[in-house]
Amino acid sequence: MIEFSDVTLTYPDGSNRVTAVNQVSLTAVAGTVTCITGPSGSGKSSLLALGATLIQPDSGRILINGTDAGGLSTKDASALRREQVGIVFQQANLLPSLTALEQLTVMNELGTQGARARRPAAGRRATEILATVGLADQAHKRPHQLSGGQRQRINIARALMNRPSILLVDEPTSSLDQERGSQIIDIVLDLTASEGTSTLLVTHDTSHFARMERVVEMMDGRLVDTHARAARSAKSDET
Amino acid sequence: MFVALRDLRFARGRFALISSVIVLITILVGFLSGLAGGLAWQNVSGILALPFDKMVLAASDNGAATDFSSSSITQKQADTWAEAEGVTSATPVGITTSRAESESGEAAITIVGYGASPNQELSPEATVADIPRSIVLSTGAADALDAQIGDTVTIAGFKLLVSAVGDDWWYSHTPVAYTSLADWQDIAATQREGTIFATGVAVTGSPQWDQVASNTHTTAKGQLASLTAIPAFASEVGSLGMMIAMLFSISALVIGAFFTVWTIQRSGDIAILKALGAATRTLMKDALGQAGVVLATGVAVGVAAVIGVGAIVPAALPFLVSPLTTALPAALLVILGLAGAAVGVRSVTSVNPLSALGGAR
Repeated sequence: MIEFSDVTLTYPDGSNRVTAVNQVSLTAVAGTVTCITGPSGSGKSSLLALGATLIQPDSGRILINGTDAGGLSTKDASALRREQVGIVFQQANLLPSLTALEQLTVMNELGTQGARARRPAAGRRATEILATVGLADQAHKRPHQLSGGQRQRINIARALMNRPSILLVDEPTSSLDQERGSQIIDIVLDLTASEGTSTLLVTHDTSHFARMERVVEMMDGRLVDTHARAARSAKSDET
Repeated sequence: MFVALRDLRFARGRFALISSVIVLITILVGFLSGLAGGLAWQNVSGILALPFDKMVLAASDNGAATDFSSSSITQKQADTWAEAEGVTSATPVGITTSRAESESGEAAITIVGYGASPNQELSPEATVADIPRSIVLSTGAADALDAQIGDTVTIAGFKLLVSAVGDDWWYSHTPVAYTSLADWQDIAATQREGTIFATGVAVTGSPQWDQVASNTHTTAKGQLASLTAIPAFASEVGSLGMMIAMLFSISALVIGAFFTVWTIQRSGDIAILKALGAATRTLMKDALGQAGVVLATGVAVGVAAVIGVGAIVPAALPFLVSPLTTALPAALLVILGLAGAAVGVRSVTSVNPLSALGGAR
């Protein structure tokens, strides 16, 4: 579970500071997708970066499975990301020299020790999850040999490779057409359920909202609206 | 090394290019080292064949060391060293270059008069025999004079019997022949005015070196330091050494520049790996490991080429293939290259993983 409590983040802007995230409190629970939406510059990606421990908040608290992520050293934050947080980037961000399978097994090699002993298990896990996203037959292809949708699937599979409890997904459909985008959202929803992750999904695409457990909207760094699926369903029934 | 090895395979063209540069630098360093070694051997091997802890030479008027060509030691000075407390042996050594003639040839050779006793051992292969007017030729001198054991060689009008042919000894680019100090004194007397006892004293033991040197108006230098008293050695090795040092510097700079550019090019990948949780230490090890593989491969191929060329180079060319001229420069190239690479890849630590979020690649 990931829990934001009254979190504020500001950026320097010349002699002033811009508030990117303003006193946000939000909790994502295991096995569910919390969709974060809002216009550009509303603070969605900053909230994701805070959850990924890539930046530290000015104030407030971020708890990741009970660990206060706000006060971690760079080294400890890296270890936390490696072990408990999966990140799906907006672009696939695959490494050009690695095959599809290696994009996943590289996750086993990021720590400082024990990689060699874990390699057989990592290989099995990578093969299994690659099959889950429908790319078992593409395991030995490099990024330039894959389509955009296939690269994005590997992006998702890589994020889940180390069995994280938190999955942070940053606009995964922004460079895909409607059909492929919908397939990617399906994969995120299915894997969230099967892997039991607490998923935060940032997207502009309103067409996917109906399938989300929960949708929250951000505006100027604040959470301005939170909809539960039941409430939205009721609303659509009325209309 | 997971990503590093795959990058090497993937970007093989770029790495082949930098490896080729390393191979060429290694070959250049190897050739210069071999040449420096060969020239050094042709300068000093005749001195290094003598057993001594320190070589005593005459001091100049201002107390500075003289070189082998100008040093002159008196018997009194040699005796004082021999009698000094802590001295195990003090053997007078005479060195002079002269023309030698045999029945079949003539050549310039360096005559080294060694020791009061004609039985003094020079090496396991050769001794100055206790036959009056005898000489031990180096292989180079024997070849140049076309002389064998039992032949007679004439030097400065003195006929000397070849009692042995020893090793490949040289002094200042002339082949060496050893004779007794008494015979050397006779030869030297034809070349210089006045009585001459010896050029230096080969001393073993552990006396108060500075004190005895001061008392006798001499200088005492260890094996390597004494070689700088051979003028040709000091100038040749100095200039070649400077070239080799420059090549080491160039090598480190080239490697450093390559890995600086390479690291900048892959800073996007590094940001992704950091965002995914890669430890900075792991990324540094990966990057340096990659540099190590490139360096080791390039240097190994370069050294193999140098050894190959060394095996077929004509014997007349002063080219020495030994660990000192191959393994040592190779190790230095790898160490300096890694130092250059370390400077190049240090920017790994400053790559911000945040740039991987929302970044288009």
